[in-house]
Amino acid sequence: MRIGVDVGGTNTDAVLLSGRNVLGAVKRPTSKDVSSGISEAITALISECAITPDAIDAVMIGTTHFTNAFIQRRELVPVFAIRIGFPAGRGIPPFTAWPDDLKAVVRGGSAMVRGGFEFDGREISPLDEAAILAAVEEARAAGIGQIAVSCIFSQLNPAHETRAAELIARHAPGMEVSLSSDVGRVGLLERENAAIMNASLRPLAATITSAFRRALTELGITAPFYISQNDGTLMSADHMQRYPVLTFAAGPTNSLRGAAWLTGASDAIVVDIGGTTSDVGVLVARFPRQSTVHVDVGGVRTNFRMPDILSIGLGGGSLVRETADGVTVGPDSVGFRLRSEGLIFGGETLTTSDIAVASGQAAFGDPARVAHLPPALVAEARGAIDRLIDDAIDRMKTAPGDIPMILVGGGSVLVSATPQGVSDMMRPEHAGVANAIGAAIGQVSGEIDRIYNAPDAASREAALADARAQATGQAIAAGASAETVEIVNIEAVPLQYLPGGATRVVCRAVGDLALAEVR
Amino acid sequence: MVREITLDNIEHLAIGSAFLGTGGGGDPYLGSLLCREAIAQYGPVPIVRPEDLKDEDNVFVAAAMGAPTVMIEKLFSIEDQHRAVEVLERFLGRTATAIISAEIGGCNSMMPVAYAAMRGLPIVDADGMGRAFPALQMTSFNIEGVACAPMTIADEHGNSVLYQTVTGLKAEELARPVAAVMGASVCMSCYPMTGAQARRAAVPLTLSGAIGIGEAIARSGDPRPPLDRLIDALRAHAYYSDAAVVFRGKITSLERDTTRGWVFGSCTISAMGAEAAPGAIPGMAEVRFQNENLVVHVNGELRGIVPDLVTIVDAETAHAIPTERLAYGQRVAVVACSAPPILTTPHALAVVGPRCFGLDEDYVPVRDLIGNCA
Repeated sequence: MRIGVDVGGTNTDAVLLSGRNVLGAVKRPTSKDVSSGISEAITALISECAITPDAIDAVMIGTTHFTNAFIQRRELVPVFAIRIGFPAGRGIPPFTAWPDDLKAVVRGGSAMVRGGFEFDGREISPLDEAAILAAVEEARAAGIGQIAVSCIFSQLNPAHETRAAELIARHAPGMEVSLSSDVGRVGLLERENAAIMNASLRPLAATITSAFRRALTELGITAPFYISQNDGTLMSADHMQRYPVLTFAAGPTNSLRGAAWLTGASDAIVVDIGGTTSDVGVLVARFPRQSTVHVDVGGVRTNFRMPDILSIGLGGGSLVRETADGVTVGPDSVGFRLRSEGLIFGGETLTTSDIAVASGQAAFGDPARVAHLPPALVAEARGAIDRLIDDAIDRMKTAPGDIPMILVGGGSVLVSATPQGVSDMMRPEHAGVANAIGAAIGQVSGEIDRIYNAPDAASREAALADARAQATGQAIAAGASAETVEIVNIEAVPLQYLPGGATRVVCRAVGDLALAEVR
Repeated sequence: MVREITLDNIEHLAIGSAFLGTGGGGDPYLGSLLCREAIAQYGPVPIVRPEDLKDEDNVFVAAAMGAPTVMIEKLFSIEDQHRAVEVLERFLGRTATAIISAEIGGCNSMMPVAYAAMRGLPIVDADGMGRAFPALQMTSFNIEGVACAPMTIADEHGNSVLYQTVTGLKAEELARPVAAVMGASVCMSCYPMTGAQARRAAVPLTLSGAIGIGEAIARSGDPRPPLDRLIDALRAHAYYSDAAVVFRGKITSLERDTTRGWVFGSCTISAMGAEAAPGAIPGMAEVRFQNENLVVHVNGELRGIVPDLVTIVDAETAHAIPTERLAYGQRVAVVACSAPPILTTPHALAVVGPRCFGLDEDYVPVRDLIGNCA
């Protein structure tokens, strides 16, 4: 049996899964220190399901803690950035375009040293090892314990980054190192930013990991625990300590993955309706479609993998207003105050939940309090809600034609009829804890994003084969059982304006965690 | 009229030049970072109008050449740009008195500004395209008889190459592979001009035009929709003025092919149903592109064709959408506007006309096509 936990801003959800069965689910308020909320939720779950802690094979946790820490500039430490590639790129040094308040906390210095690669694999310059050591000395003298290393075209060849890590480990053993090739994609500035963000979060990651570990030990759980990554797979606690940035946006990802698991759907639109907003995402082969644009986190431009999510201002607490132009819905919401401010709960504010109850599609609160609403108003508000959903679904589709849809989240009562463009609307059982279920699915992945020189069909095939092998190897290294690993995505895109067939290959392999339990 | 480029209007230039990039030209983001650093260090860049250039002025082009995917790894440095210009200055025995952009559309609007800041020189309110084109010979400079060579390209190591080619096309053919050997992200200087030549051969008012367009799109606190503000800004310009939204709708199909070194493809936009704005055009539009957008047909009728500008913008924000970011479902508007007159003469059409892009259609000015568009 395994436990999935989702630590959200408001609630901490926990589920107990055995194979394909959901044995139990609980919701508890999220605690300020995160781990005591997890303890409470797991304790409640264990007692509800009447199991003993030693029956648990694994605990999988999804948390927004690191995203929030970065956005709120909490518990971040200064980072020294080493960029390999000089003299290329020197016009735009590390930390360029970072917000001032964040720079004040995180910028611990930077150095640009010789090294790096061209698009075709040649060295820009040999790696300047003496300059790396000088930079390390500078960081150490300044009392900085985190170094982020980036390198031009490290996606093509990480050798200079890994060599820098070796040198740093040898000369400054206490220093922690984050490599850009481990956390980002093609696009030096964005990848370097991701490495710096990661480094600034590592002490917090160590604190959180030991808090989780202690909490589980106190509950008598000796099974390993895993953390959700933003691509919908898991990483070990050790890996999370080194790469906390990979947890960014794991929440919406888990919700999408949970929806796929609950319904068995492979390709579908997922609409997760909360109290204030609805998140609309797309499942492709059971995984979230990823965003292709740059993502700003806390004012810093990054390009790491994030689910492509459209958030709209429609939730169970969205305000419904009569205006001269008709009835409007949202984007503002009473949020968690729904239970005091909504009409059906004795409040004064007309919300979407009141409309759902008045039209008879939902039964909660006190229906008598909305009996007076004119049917025309209710119908018009329902029309406005439907249009918001229809429109969001249409925006997220990548092709004409109808597509299955999975509805999850506490606000899902707002939807009555099947939206336009939807072939089949599914409301799975346990949809309210889809996030925690997504965390507990128990898959791990390997991914590469590299540029190959592939001027002809044979070298192109060789490049694709190499990409498959590398991604598969990474998935197995991350804990996948080899026989379950499959390639879920591979694309090869020739680069513009370049002779010689330089081709960017992105490949992702996914397999089941090597626990007897998961299969 | 804007007199200098400051930290306050760099963003406007980036937004406006993305519009003039007509779907191509590269992302101005990295260049705008370079400009910010340069202006913060060296101060604002004065803008000189082409008509205020003296005959004996020496006008030098600053530009980047390479592959966009490489540029986002190797970034840029003003020093490398300086080397390209310096080598050309030494060869010619002339010192730059003003800097000009070869291509206002996209990322090449930015490097010249950063470089002018470093040199303490003015930047000319003009460029060689008034938009974006994919090749070196496709400039008004070339059309008006200014030689592309001598031309220099420079890498980050201090290597530079001087070209003395006979034609702009040959310069393109010889420079592209060398740029790849140099790492596919190089700085260049070409089309060196006197003030007298620049007055005659450059497309005037494009820098201030780009800033004006960007300002109109980004203006906050204006209750009018950004798209209306964009059209107004174009109509107020000296020659982008035949401007209209030729279609609004949703992208319903998209074909892209990058196998031949360019992004070839087309995009179909369908009118929206019930929510369509009053007065909207029903049916569908098709935009064809080769890096840049080349032509738009609405319900089979021609509505804009190169060298006139065709840009797909976000229907709500009016920000231009580059061809590589187009996606099914996006709500967009297609804006067509007139090209600078210097690009539409019979002589110019032999260099930048529809047939140069393999289109089997003749150029028809957008003013004859847009009729009663909204």
